[in-house]
Amino acid sequence: MAPPVLDWFGRPKRAAPERREMPAGLWMKCPRCASLVYRKELERNLRVCPRCGYHHRLSAVDRLALVLDRHSFEQTDQGLVPEDPLGFVDEKPYPERIAEAVRRTGQPEAILTGTGTVEGSRAVVGAMEFGFLGGSMGSVVGEKVARSAERAYERRWPLVLFAASGGARMQEGTLSLLQLAKTSVALGRLADAGVAFISVLCDPTTGGVAASFAFQGDAILAEPGALVGFAGRRVIEQTIRQKLPDGFQTAEFLLEHGLVDAIVPRGELRAALARLLRLANAPSDPARAGAAAQGWEVGELPAADEQPTA
Amino acid sequence: MSNRPPDLAGAPGGIAPDDPLERDLSDVEREILELRRITTAERMALGEQIAALEARAEALCEEIARHPSAWQRVQLARQPGRPKVDEYIAGLTSEFVELHGDRAFGDDPAIVAGLGMIDGQPAALIGHAKGRDTRENIARRFGMPNPEGYRKALRVMKLAEKLRIPVVTLIDTPGAFPGREAEERGQSEAIATSLLGMARLRTPIVAVITGEGGSGGALAIGVSDTLLMLEHAVYSVISPEGCAAILWRDPQRTRDAAAALRLTAPDLAELGVVDEIIPEPPGGAHRHPDDAVASVAAAVRRRLAAERDRSEESLLTARYEKYRRIGRVREITAADPGGQTE
Repeated sequence: MAPPVLDWFGRPKRAAPERREMPAGLWMKCPRCASLVYRKELERNLRVCPRCGYHHRLSAVDRLALVLDRHSFEQTDQGLVPEDPLGFVDEKPYPERIAEAVRRTGQPEAILTGTGTVEGSRAVVGAMEFGFLGGSMGSVVGEKVARSAERAYERRWPLVLFAASGGARMQEGTLSLLQLAKTSVALGRLADAGVAFISVLCDPTTGGVAASFAFQGDAILAEPGALVGFAGRRVIEQTIRQKLPDGFQTAEFLLEHGLVDAIVPRGELRAALARLLRLANAPSDPARAGAAAQGWEVGELPAADEQPTA
Repeated sequence: MSNRPPDLAGAPGGIAPDDPLERDLSDVEREILELRRITTAERMALGEQIAALEARAEALCEEIARHPSAWQRVQLARQPGRPKVDEYIAGLTSEFVELHGDRAFGDDPAIVAGLGMIDGQPAALIGHAKGRDTRENIARRFGMPNPEGYRKALRVMKLAEKLRIPVVTLIDTPGAFPGREAEERGQSEAIATSLLGMARLRTPIVAVITGEGGSGGALAIGVSDTLLMLEHAVYSVISPEGCAAILWRDPQRTRDAAAALRLTAPDLAELGVVDEIIPEPPGGAHRHPDDAVASVAAAVRRRLAAERDRSEESLLTARYEKYRRIGRVREITAADPGGQTE
C-alpha cells in the first residue's frame, strides 16, 4: 500500500504500482532488526524503523514529498522516455525491461526532476527512483540531470539531487557511460557560475552515479546506513581475496574517511537542506518563507505539469 | 611468433572457440606444440614443418583480425603485446619529463603523467600504464588506477591549463581498481572530480583509446575535445564478463554480451562517440607495435595542430555541446504523444 503522498502527482493512468518492498499487510518485518513493525507507525516515522533506526528505501515521489514544501513541486521533463539505441537483448529485450519497470514504479524513468521550495528556499530538485531498473543511469537520467543543471544555471537557483542508483545502465552501453561526462559538463558550467549543488546520497549509491554527479556536490549529505561506493563488495572481495569488514562502504564509513560532509537522519533532512540552501544564497519564495516542517502524510497534490499520456 | 596472441585461438576462461578460423588456429597451434615436443624429445629436425605451420598460424591471425567479432576485438584489445603508454609517449615526444604523485597520498604507478615536447610544442601527456610482464603488471595493478592516480592525472591537467598547453591522454585500462583502499580513499570522488575538472579544463584535450576502455576508470581521463580509437580497441560501460554474469546470469555468455554492448570502434563511430578510428597494422597492434605507435602519433599530431588556435571559449562551448548531445531519448508532449527522438 502506497502512502497517500503518491497522489501528489498526476501520475499516468497505469496499473497501480506494485510495491516490492512493502508486501500487503498491516505489519512488516524490519530487514535489519527483524522486529515486526506496525506499518502505519513505520509510515508516521518516515519509514525509519522505530526499533533500530533502519532507513527503508524511499521512492522518488516520497523523497521529494519528505523535503519539499507542500504544493511547491513542479515537475519538469517528465515526457522524456528511453529509446533502445543498441537494440539490446539479454534474457529479455530492453524495451520489455523498461515496460516492467514503468509498471512496477509508475514512473517513466529512474529519476524525477523539477523545481520546488524547502522552507521557502527555491531549488531545482531531482530524486532517483531505485525501483526503476536499479536506479540505473541511461540517456534519460543523464539528460534530466543535465537539464536540471541547466535550469539551475539559468535561474541561479541551487540544485539538489538525491542519488539512489546501482550505476550506469548496461543496456545503453557506452552511451550510458558517457552520461557521466554529459552530467559533468552541465554541472561544471553550473559550478563556474557560482551556483551551489547539494548532493544527497541515499541507499544505495554506487558505480557510475557515485563516480559522477553524486560526488560532485559542493555539500554531500548521506542517509544513515546508506550503501555508497564505487565497486561492488563481491568484486572487491574477489579481487583482493579478503573478506571486507562489516560497515564497509556505508555512510558512516564515508564520514570516517572524510568523503561526505554529514550523515543526516531522515527526520532532520528537510531542516538540514533548508539551512544549507539559505547559506548557499537560494532565492526565497516569500509566500512560503515561513513554512514549517510538515508531515509528509498530510501532503496534497502540488501543481505538477500536465502529465503526458504515452 | 613470440608475440602471437596466446589466447586468441585458445579457450579463454574455458570457452571453446566457435569461430572456424579460431578452431583452425587452435589446431595449428596444437600441432606446433606437438612438433616442438617431438623435436626436443626425439631430437628430430622439424624446423621446416614448424616454420610452415607458424606461417599458417600468422595468416590465420591476420585473417581473424581482418573481420573480428566483438569478442575477438576484446581479445585483441587485451593483447599483452600491444604497445604500452611509454612507447606511445616516446613515439609522440622528443623529450618527456614524468611527474609523480598526487601531492596528498602517494604516487600511483597505474597512471603515467608528465610534460613532453610534441613537434616543438610542449604538452601534458597522461595515460594508463599496463605492465610488460607479470612483475610489472602487479606493480602497476594491471593499469587499474587508485584514487591517487586520478588525482595525479587531474593535477597535471590543471598544470597544462595553467601553462596553456594541450593535454593528450592515452587510455588502456580494465577499469578503476576495485580495492578496499581505493574505496577508503574515495575512488568515486576521485573519478567524479576528474570528470568535472576535464569538463571545464580551459585547454584542448585529445584522448586516444589504445586498448581497453574500461568504463569509469577509462572515462576518468577520457573527457575530451577529440576522441580517437585504435581499430581493435574497445570502450564499454562494463566488461563483457561482468555484463554476462549480471544480465545473462551466466559468465560463459561473454560473446553475446560483447556483441550486445556495441563496444567496438566501428560501433562507437556509428553511435557518434568516437571522432576517428586509427587503423591497426595487419593482425593487430601487437604484431607490429612500431607501426601502431607511428599511426597513433601521426593522428594525435594532426589533431593537436587542428586544436591549437581555438579560443578557450569556443573550446569549452564545443566540448559542452559535444557531450550534451550524447545519448538517445524520446520526448513525449501533450501535443505530440508519439514523441520526438533526439
